[in-house]
Amino acid sequence: MRKKDFMPGADLVGLTRRHFLQSSGVGLGGMALSGLLARDLGAKPSPETEKSKFGLHHKPRAKSVIQLFMAGGPSQFEMFESKPDLQKFHNQPIPESFVKGRRFAFMDTFSKERPRLLGTKRKFERAGDGDLFVSELLPHFRTVVNDLAFVRTVATDVFNHAPAKIFFNTGSAQVGRPSLGSWLSYGIGSESFDLPAFVVLQSGSRGPRGGVQNWGAGFLPSSHQGVPFRAQGDPIVNLSTPKGIDQGIQGETIDALADLNSHHLAETGDLEIATRIRAYEMAYRMQSGAPDLIDLARETRETLDLYGATPGRPSFANNCLLARRMVERGVRFIQLYHADWDHHGDPTNHLDAPLEKVCRETDRPAAALILDLKRRGLLDDTLVIWGGEFGRTPMGEVREHIGRNHHIDSFPMWFAGAGIKAGMVHGKTDEFGFGPTSGRVHVHDVQATIMHLCGIDHKRLTFRFQGRDFRLTDVHGELATPILA
Amino acid sequence: MNCYFRLGLILVWTGFFATASWAEDPSIKVMAIFKKSCAECHGAAKQRANLRLDTPSGILEGGDSGSLFVAGKPEESRLIDSLLARNGVSRMPPKGDPLSQADIDLVRAWISSGAHLSKSDSTAGTQPISNHWAYQKVRRPAIPPVVSPAVRSLQWGPNPIDAFVAQKLQKEGITPSSEAPAHTLFRRASLDLTGLPPDPDELSGFLVKQNGKNPNEVYEAWVDRLIASEQYGERWARHWLDQARYADSNGYSIDSPRSMWPWRDWVIKALNKDMPFDQFTIEQIAGDLIPNATIHQKIATGFHRNTQINEEGGIDKEQFRIESVFDRVVTTGSVWLGTTLQCCQCHNHKYDPITQREFYRVFAFLNNQDEPALTIVPAVPGKDKKSKPEKPAITSLVLAERAKPRETRVLLGGDFTRPGMVVDAGTPAVLGAMSKSEGPPTRLDFARWLVSRDNPLTARVIVNRYWGQFFGMGIVETENDFGTQGSPPSHPDLLDWLASEFVGEGWSMKKLHRLIVTSRTYRQSSRARADLEAIDPRNRLLARQKRIRLEAEAVRDGALLASGLLVKKVGGPSVFPPQPPGVDQFTQVKRPWIASEGPDRFRRGLYTWFWRAAPHPALTVFDAPDSGTTCTRRNKSNTPLQALTLLNDQSFLECSHGLALRVLREFPGGQERQVLARMFELCATRKPDAIELARLEAYLARQKARLAEAPDQARQIVNQGGPPGKDLALSGKHPIHDRASLVLVGRLILNLDETITRE
Repeated sequence: MRKKDFMPGADLVGLTRRHFLQSSGVGLGGMALSGLLARDLGAKPSPETEKSKFGLHHKPRAKSVIQLFMAGGPSQFEMFESKPDLQKFHNQPIPESFVKGRRFAFMDTFSKERPRLLGTKRKFERAGDGDLFVSELLPHFRTVVNDLAFVRTVATDVFNHAPAKIFFNTGSAQVGRPSLGSWLSYGIGSESFDLPAFVVLQSGSRGPRGGVQNWGAGFLPSSHQGVPFRAQGDPIVNLSTPKGIDQGIQGETIDALADLNSHHLAETGDLEIATRIRAYEMAYRMQSGAPDLIDLARETRETLDLYGATPGRPSFANNCLLARRMVERGVRFIQLYHADWDHHGDPTNHLDAPLEKVCRETDRPAAALILDLKRRGLLDDTLVIWGGEFGRTPMGEVREHIGRNHHIDSFPMWFAGAGIKAGMVHGKTDEFGFGPTSGRVHVHDVQATIMHLCGIDHKRLTFRFQGRDFRLTDVHGELATPILA
Repeated sequence: MNCYFRLGLILVWTGFFATASWAEDPSIKVMAIFKKSCAECHGAAKQRANLRLDTPSGILEGGDSGSLFVAGKPEESRLIDSLLARNGVSRMPPKGDPLSQADIDLVRAWISSGAHLSKSDSTAGTQPISNHWAYQKVRRPAIPPVVSPAVRSLQWGPNPIDAFVAQKLQKEGITPSSEAPAHTLFRRASLDLTGLPPDPDELSGFLVKQNGKNPNEVYEAWVDRLIASEQYGERWARHWLDQARYADSNGYSIDSPRSMWPWRDWVIKALNKDMPFDQFTIEQIAGDLIPNATIHQKIATGFHRNTQINEEGGIDKEQFRIESVFDRVVTTGSVWLGTTLQCCQCHNHKYDPITQREFYRVFAFLNNQDEPALTIVPAVPGKDKKSKPEKPAITSLVLAERAKPRETRVLLGGDFTRPGMVVDAGTPAVLGAMSKSEGPPTRLDFARWLVSRDNPLTARVIVNRYWGQFFGMGIVETENDFGTQGSPPSHPDLLDWLASEFVGEGWSMKKLHRLIVTSRTYRQSSRARADLEAIDPRNRLLARQKRIRLEAEAVRDGALLASGLLVKKVGGPSVFPPQPPGVDQFTQVKRPWIASEGPDRFRRGLYTWFWRAAPHPALTVFDAPDSGTTCTRRNKSNTPLQALTLLNDQSFLECSHGLALRVLREFPGGQERQVLARMFELCATRKPDAIELARLEAYLARQKARLAEAPDQARQIVNQGGPPGKDLALSGKHPIHDRASLVLVGRLILNLDETITRE
């Protein structure tokens, strides 16, 4: 495709570009551990691909992870937690023993009087072969319950949105630590030929609170940070060449750069230059790979309908389908944010129409993702996880509409695919669903478990910064073994 | 009695002997009760439930079930619950008799009175003063002689830096590298000192004027010129802004804009006038407390207002205020003391002799401020103020001491809902005492202590960090960890000599920088050497210089300078250069980004508006810090996203337009080889060699041929919006495909590794 110009430099220095790319395929300064450049045409397998095959510490079950991040905190009581006592004691103050000395978000709406329990108007039915009851809001989810492990009792430490999201992503509520995806990229690299190792997608009315901090690389090399793919315009910032500069010019420019840079490499002996040449090659491949990736029109009508996706109209459905296409292309970690789950009871965010809307937007695509991965044989080594940064209280909030407050003691998540025990329902909560009575799984445990499935011992993947060995799970984290196959 | 005896000893040890209150101190009795009834399971030998009741720190920190007590509230305290076996807490001690009512009453009374432990607390007496190198006073080592003739012949010697470096090289039998070629050296000094490459014309003009002087004098004159330029302050301000976690917005989810640029401008000015580093420190930490503080000294306190502010609904404001104070303590520890304080926030550090309590004593200095915005009335030139249109008032975030101080308590596990004992403001014992003034020590005393001669760390940390900027790595590699877990200095004597010299020369940053860049060590070639690969692959012995990729701002600034577009205005509100559309697609609150069409489009990168939730991608892609926490050394990554930025970003494309326009104006005849050589020189500060020139010619010829066939495509390349593209489109002398081809060449050269590297 690209025609090479006459290149005196490389001949004179006796080095062809391909030659030194091969000879320096490993151990190149900053790029050695980078996930972005795992493979090069004709290059030896790099340490990244070795790692992804055998795992960093043990054989991995998952090659890729898709995280469906329901930003804002979905209400388990309208979707999964059917609690007769909550109905029975509806509008009664919650017993003091539950809330004494406790702190909540929006304390002012809670502190005037003891908050009252809120029953739900949603109808529940048993779904799957376990004892999970799912409400009418999730008709599609009901059909895949036997394909996943459902955890009722996830707990977190922080109850405001941005800090809780940052906590979920980085293991710390303080900003500046590396995110799970960047740890994975740092630890096991990428499988992708023409896409980044860690991609972030977003749908709903806005981006997640905390922004880039949610997928930042913290003190890890910045090449490991999540690359946001945008729904409109260039999927990656600056992916398109400027007007008038076509693939031919771009290719010849990259060839000329490689030649001139090789010449200077021979002069200086600095292998960082070789890394830069490879980075330009990868950039060039991304320019064709990413548009190909996002071209959903290549999918069949049947597949589009399965997800409810419409090419050209950004949606959670499109993003789920994109996630499957990224898995096929070897992307390591794909994080999908869908906003608008924060149903406090104000006029635009409450448990009636706004909750119905967001369930409608996400229910079919999430179920379709499992079905589609499964029928293509991809679910065996793809881990799909679903959940918010926290859940919602069994108590209602005193506002104009019906709503619930942020709740960190116990909230649901589900896990499907690689290494997960399908059909499992894990954890029990008390009569009001306030806290776990058994099977509590902390966010640090979730992080440890995801890493474990990717072949990483969360206690051993560390990075020294400011005099301390940091890891994703800080000094915490136990594997959630009951949900592992 | 034994217990009384031990505590007495500890009291004597720490010198906090409080004769009057000691005898009736209830904590002594409580300690005795614990010792008698609890220490068997919660003592030195065994710590059931991770709880230790034989030391004050153990009592304060609690165990697996959390804190033992809520100070002042015995009825809410788990300790009382367990002594009385109530509220579902099982009885303690589990075996044998329960505590007597009298003992329980004593414990209850102790909690009611605030659960103070005697001044002799947790840490006292258990920490020997560390003999770790970094906690010893700075010495001034003798300058070693340069003995090796080979090294002497390279003129190593007069600058003491070289003597120290040569000492080690001689020992290893390594010869230093020769001096870098002049174009490399002058470019290196320019980039390091001002963040800009030299303008080749300015450099050659300078060299012509210096004709006849010896090369050494010429280089030193160039250095002096750079240090005197206003761009010096801008470059070093950016380094300081990293450490201060500067941004133009509040962070977290709402990320509203804030006005901090007057503080940023204060930094630039302070550096340009070479404000001594001790004063620079004192004004930023406690400028408001200096007697008769000027408005500038108040603005300086903005350093610690660069913390994030959470504007989300439903938050506990106190929680985030405390987060800010944590951030201030940790930042102060990293920036001045090269010390990790994060661990001490939650527990006593395993290895380093700074305790949790000492963390909160430092915390107490920074826990006592209101956080106002200072209104700065802009100076109106001329006497008749009324005749001038009023400028809008400018504000800047500052610190102001509260009239009524807050009480500071140890927060157990770093959790603000678990307050422990009350602590007074004070400094870590291992780092030397504060000089006492009247009354309790203030933030101003703390600031002075940071830069006092007794503080063993600050001068070492600062010179080391600057050293790292000039060599790619500090003498202590872990530039923000001088503790026992950090790496030892590669050249301890050099580090101490530099620290002593820095303080001795009045904490002058400019003198320090001049000393470093005029050393022979600095002036060496950065070429890789096969003989060093095995012996010293990481160049710790400094037998050569290092190629270092430019920082994000310098990548931008260099391209603007080469293309003749750079607007060198210093200071003022942050600006909006072009940015790819949709950068805010992922933020909670959309912030419009309207690119400036005027001079502000071409300002230096340090003036680019920084939204924490959505920073300008050209900055983050090249490792500009996210301003979430203090950054004392930037990463240097090397990624495809950098390639996409340099190839495709609007700002860099405009630089290609500017570069083409510039050479077409300079060479109206269009002499191709000169044009190509000139473009290369403008970017790389050297002429291309024959091979490079031939490759550029081949590329140009190919693009010309291609675009001659496709005039529409050529027109598109030139017409891309932005002032330089418009000018280029209008400069009709040359065929459109010639102009477009030169844009492509400019783009090629701006993408060269060498263009974005200081060699």
